[in-house]
Amino acid sequence: MDVNEYLGLFLDESQEHIQSVNTQLMKFEQTASAEAVQEIFRSAHTLKGMSATMGYESVANLTHEMESALDLVRSGKKESNQLLLDTMFIAMEQIEAMIADIETGGTGTNVDVKATVSAFQSFIGGKEQKIATAEESSVFTVDLYADSVIEQAKQTGFEAFQLHVKLSDAVVLKAARAYMVFDRLQELGEVVRTHPETEAIEQEQFDLSFDVLFLSQETAAVIEHAVSQVSEVETVHVSVFTSVSESEPEIAVSAEAVAVQEIKPKAQEAEEPKEQAVAQAKTIRVNLERIDRLMNLFEEFIIDRGRLERLADEVGQPELNETVEKIKRGTNELQSLVLTLRMMPIEQVFNRFPRMVRSVAKDIHKKVQLDISGADTELDRTVIDEIGDPLVHLIRNAIDHGIELPDKRVQAGKPEQGRLALRAYHGGNRVFIEIEDDGAGINVDKVRSKALERGVITTEEAASMTDNELAMLIFAPGFSTADVVTDLSGRGVGLDVVKNKIESLGGVVTLETVVGQGTKFQVSLPLTLSIISAMLVQAGDETYAIPLSSILETTLLDEANILTAHRERVFDFRGQLVPLVYLKEIFGIDSETKSQFPVVVVRKGNKLVGVVVNDLIGQQEIVMKPLGTYLEGIPAISGATILGDGRVALIVDSNDLF
Amino acid sequence: MEQKWVVFSLASNTYGIDVQSVRSIERLQPVTRVPNAPAHVKGVINLRGVVTPVIDLRLRLGYEEIAPTDETRILIASLNQGDAGFIVDRANEVVESDEVRIEPIPDSSHEMHSAHLTAIAKGEDKLFSLLDANALFEDQHAE
Repeated sequence: MDVNEYLGLFLDESQEHIQSVNTQLMKFEQTASAEAVQEIFRSAHTLKGMSATMGYESVANLTHEMESALDLVRSGKKESNQLLLDTMFIAMEQIEAMIADIETGGTGTNVDVKATVSAFQSFIGGKEQKIATAEESSVFTVDLYADSVIEQAKQTGFEAFQLHVKLSDAVVLKAARAYMVFDRLQELGEVVRTHPETEAIEQEQFDLSFDVLFLSQETAAVIEHAVSQVSEVETVHVSVFTSVSESEPEIAVSAEAVAVQEIKPKAQEAEEPKEQAVAQAKTIRVNLERIDRLMNLFEEFIIDRGRLERLADEVGQPELNETVEKIKRGTNELQSLVLTLRMMPIEQVFNRFPRMVRSVAKDIHKKVQLDISGADTELDRTVIDEIGDPLVHLIRNAIDHGIELPDKRVQAGKPEQGRLALRAYHGGNRVFIEIEDDGAGINVDKVRSKALERGVITTEEAASMTDNELAMLIFAPGFSTADVVTDLSGRGVGLDVVKNKIESLGGVVTLETVVGQGTKFQVSLPLTLSIISAMLVQAGDETYAIPLSSILETTLLDEANILTAHRERVFDFRGQLVPLVYLKEIFGIDSETKSQFPVVVVRKGNKLVGVVVNDLIGQQEIVMKPLGTYLEGIPAISGATILGDGRVALIVDSNDLF
Repeated sequence: MEQKWVVFSLASNTYGIDVQSVRSIERLQPVTRVPNAPAHVKGVINLRGVVTPVIDLRLRLGYEEIAPTDETRILIASLNQGDAGFIVDRANEVVESDEVRIEPIPDSSHEMHSAHLTAIAKGEDKLFSLLDANALFEDQHAE
């Protein structure tokens, strides 16, 4: 198997399982639900299998210990306790770190898990828990179910055998060989248990050897002979299985007791998706590149549709018009469908927060309850991938600086436990994410004095700023309000990085704060990265697009109203002197300027610039496309779009005009 | 593996590019100028929905610019960093390696020593210089 080919899949699925475990751990902590244990066990098991197949032993070993501990809990042999729960949280953090290491090309051995492993083992209680390599002793710990099956069988003349089967090094289709072994065995008796589990064997998640607990009326020699007939079986070791019936009374047989499973022939490749307890929408994984190609081709198709419409208009033939109208309706629907293909629920990002909030709050002795709403809000996959880190930062910030210590909260007449609300919702063409705490709020005076001290603003500026403007200074570069540099937020990465990241995604971050009542951060993001509203303008015979988000307004200006101040051309815009920039000059376009011309007033922060163009073509939704690596870094151009006539128009990056 | 080259004309010279790196040969289509880009970068075209940069190979290799003709073509090459187009005077043929002999660039030639020129192919009635398409794009800033 070419491991690289599956790496992406492995990483994706691992993330999903880690998230699922985290969610279920939180649930288990709160409700002690047996279902949650089952889910965690399943995910841990899958993680173990996948990582073993991929050769990441470190992950496999840790998940193995976790699985073993959980097995005791789910079968009711041991009660879970806080220590186990904490250990599992730690283990998940470590596994996450290992997966992250693997993602960046490492081997997943970057974390020292000795302490975690021994914590699991001490929970398991030193009971025999060896895996795979254990050539000798019994690998089967028998539960009541298997025990009773064996007892019954013995009464009817069967004997229980334990088989250790080793396949030859050169084996190509391990699962197929294992299947043949089982097939032979079924003829001679009944397979009770296998190790690893049959499911894992079917998926080739085992080394070269596996063990079988087997009931038969035949002798050991007959069995040994039958199995060794299977080609590519190197050795078979058959021994009589003596039930180590550990007398553990008062244990109810778990409803989940593993039934004797039939091994189904394995279809070609396919790891069958694990059945989830909760019915989920059926999904398939599609390479993002394919979707992008689909979008490209589709856009091209839309452009041709435009041409077809024009031609049909010219011809004026009713039946043709009708057909074109039909195509138009069909493609409109197709268009909205295609655009949703890249959309994913933000759940994927939100899922990691409950655990994070729990551990951050615990670390700094605060009590925080996290309420999440709108996790099913959908966002473009690219945004989903990028928005996680900024949100982590904002949440940590809210817990660290926003929510007060329990005694302070009580003094202030608030409940001991702070509340942190995380919301996502759609609004128009954007998605909003809010992080609201009921903490101390931002102390504007403190922000002001710190900003002055750090030289972020001048005294005059400070005097004219509103409280909210001052509060927003926490996003300014080189600003940190933490009185004590804690491990959490004071690690040098300021909120300015968060702001930049969000802005690079086409987003905006704002905040509202009331001293003593709390702070609300609001992040607004474009629904998809690639579609923006823009004003198309003409300069000479070239067409450019200026993103609407940066345009304040458009106006007409007479040549006569241009003023000159210190060799710079300016004009009076609502009583404010605004510098003029000629698009034709910046882009070296040959054209005459008329005596009256349109000006597009763009803003960057509080600054304004008037962009002089020859004509305004109109406002339009455009699909933003990259200019490609070769043309990166061209000043004042941020990308390109394809116009209705198939031509390429460049998108003006108005930030570069200041 | 047998090598093949797409052979094309520029002014009175012929050049070849490894057929493996040529994705398609397109007729000239409207090119959108990219302001403040290097002079030999003609601009970008819409290649089936993908905005693709196009360079004028005449300018890139130091020939004089000419007005496009009916025979002008854009060779779309698949390069390390994505697709890119090269405007050439004419696309001639595909030449197989058994038709020519590959010879190194003569040591004595200063003119021909550059990263994008790799060898010379010589056949009975053919002679063309082999170009490395990636180098044509990548060392553009260096020159």
